[in-house]
Amino acid sequence: MTTAVPTRPAPTAPVPNPPADRPPRDERRAGALLTAPFLVIYLLFLVGPLLVGVALSFFNTTTVKSGLGDWVGWSNYSEVVTDAQFWQAMWHSVLFTLLTTPPLVVLALAAAVLASRVRRGRVLYRVAFFAPYVVPSSVVALIFLWMYTPEIGLLPKVFGAVGLPVPDFIGSTSGGWTAVTLMTLWWTFGFNFVLYTAALQDIPPDVHEAASIDGAGPWQQIRLITVPLLGRTTSLVLILQILASLKVFDQIYLLLGGGPDQSTRPVIEYIYDTGFTSYRGGYGAAATLVYFVIIVAISAAWYGLRRRTAAGSAARAEDS
Amino acid sequence: MSTITRPRSAAPKAVPAVDGAKLFDRLCAVCVTLFALIWLVPFAWALATSLRSDGSITENPTSLFAGGWSLHAYSYAWDNHPIGTWYLNSLVISALAVLFTVGFGSMAGFALAFLRYRGRAVVLALVAAGLMLPSEALVLPQFIEYRSFHLLGTFWALVLPSVAAPISVFVFQAFFRGIPRALIEAARIDGASWWRVYARICMPISRPALSTVAILTFISTWNSFLWPLLVLNQTTSQTIPVGLASLVSNSNIQYAEVMASSVLGFLPLIAVFLVFQRQIVQGVATTGIK
Repeated sequence: MTTAVPTRPAPTAPVPNPPADRPPRDERRAGALLTAPFLVIYLLFLVGPLLVGVALSFFNTTTVKSGLGDWVGWSNYSEVVTDAQFWQAMWHSVLFTLLTTPPLVVLALAAAVLASRVRRGRVLYRVAFFAPYVVPSSVVALIFLWMYTPEIGLLPKVFGAVGLPVPDFIGSTSGGWTAVTLMTLWWTFGFNFVLYTAALQDIPPDVHEAASIDGAGPWQQIRLITVPLLGRTTSLVLILQILASLKVFDQIYLLLGGGPDQSTRPVIEYIYDTGFTSYRGGYGAAATLVYFVIIVAISAAWYGLRRRTAAGSAARAEDS
Repeated sequence: MSTITRPRSAAPKAVPAVDGAKLFDRLCAVCVTLFALIWLVPFAWALATSLRSDGSITENPTSLFAGGWSLHAYSYAWDNHPIGTWYLNSLVISALAVLFTVGFGSMAGFALAFLRYRGRAVVLALVAAGLMLPSEALVLPQFIEYRSFHLLGTFWALVLPSVAAPISVFVFQAFFRGIPRALIEAARIDGASWWRVYARICMPISRPALSTVAILTFISTWNSFLWPLLVLNQTTSQTIPVGLASLVSNSNIQYAEVMASSVLGFLPLIAVFLVFQRQIVQGVATTGIK
């Protein structure tokens, strides 16, 4: 073993202490033993469900009794792809993403930029904006359901006082979307706010000093310096928000139950219904995988895009 | 560009420009503070409602002090729902999840950061790939797998998904890589075993990573909803979020009692948050777990 002669330099490697030499036995053993507990659970309970899902999607498994059922080939998939209800649910998840992502990103950016110009009271902002995020979704739903109560709830009163028409928050589709969007905004806003605030702290203060010496007003500084410098953070916040919004379940299930008449039901609730109301495990697994592939494709596209822009800007830096 | 000539012409105007910037900052402060106060309204509204009586709420919904305040709704909520049991369940499950996630995650993170062994590259790739995996989308196959392992209805069913998530390994490995190698090598020369290096040297100086993983695991386990809803089907084994979800109904007119239950549901978490707010916010900012 090479470890027995540590003083003699290896003939092939001119660098002293080459990392490529064979590590001692106890190091290899310690590495394997320390990784094992995590790795076993990871493979069983993170990779496992994915493999189980792939397997089930080719069988007509039911969720009421154990056992796989019969092999049905690709028919679950062809049924999912042609199922109007699945695509409706998919559209509801996308609609929710379209409704929540712009305000959650833009408002968080605005609030973080404005808050960064204030010297005192930072703790108040942090606590006020982030506190809702640590509250369970069902508690948020209870509070908002009470605030949405027709006639006596707080929000109908506020809408009325401002002169806006009061939507039927729980009973109608458009009112339901308003209700879910407002609640999600309140609940998860703090997360994006915190990401932006952290990024703002990394911008060196001399950039702003230089700009103000050059005569740039505060609004110009924000528009031309701060927001462009936050570009990478915005791209991160955006993708995290899109992925999180596409996975929506709690808010819509709790507040509206996917209703009225399934007109707001998101994909996860559709899968939940097929698996636990219609007991069609195999079919639900196929739907899960179609949805899963869409989500993975979106995040992979984002990673690719980000790598390409990073490479592009590096190339540009080399050119200049 | 005309910026070269700018500083000279700006010099006489410096005084109003500074005032303008100050005014702008003050306007910012007013706007954001107003915004922050609006964000606190739902909490305040729930708290105020919980202290009133149902009769006076329906009579004067917006005058907060009409009818007087009492803690009656709290004793009613506590007596009618097993809130204490739900609390205990949530606490035990979250504590177990933190314990195992921190333990196994830090061990794997340590091995990946310092040790050379067979399969290290594969594990690193698995961790990186797992970060992109939307595991919440897989509830249905996950449910069927847990059923075949006879894990449904047990607390382990709620602990294992958290331990399996690779984000903790990622956080620990990133933190451990910042520890100078000389420290590790010195300990090894002194004859410390790898386990000792991990447990006695690396873990004690990794308080920031440890508290980040612990707090975020605790909050996400405590708040998870869909999975415990599927897995725990007995009323007495439910967690706080699932238990309280049974009160969600728009035909419920016991406003004070429902709000008292929600206050009981958010108060402890808000207390934890207020104590650890700096670490929590920092942890979120550095890991970006959603």
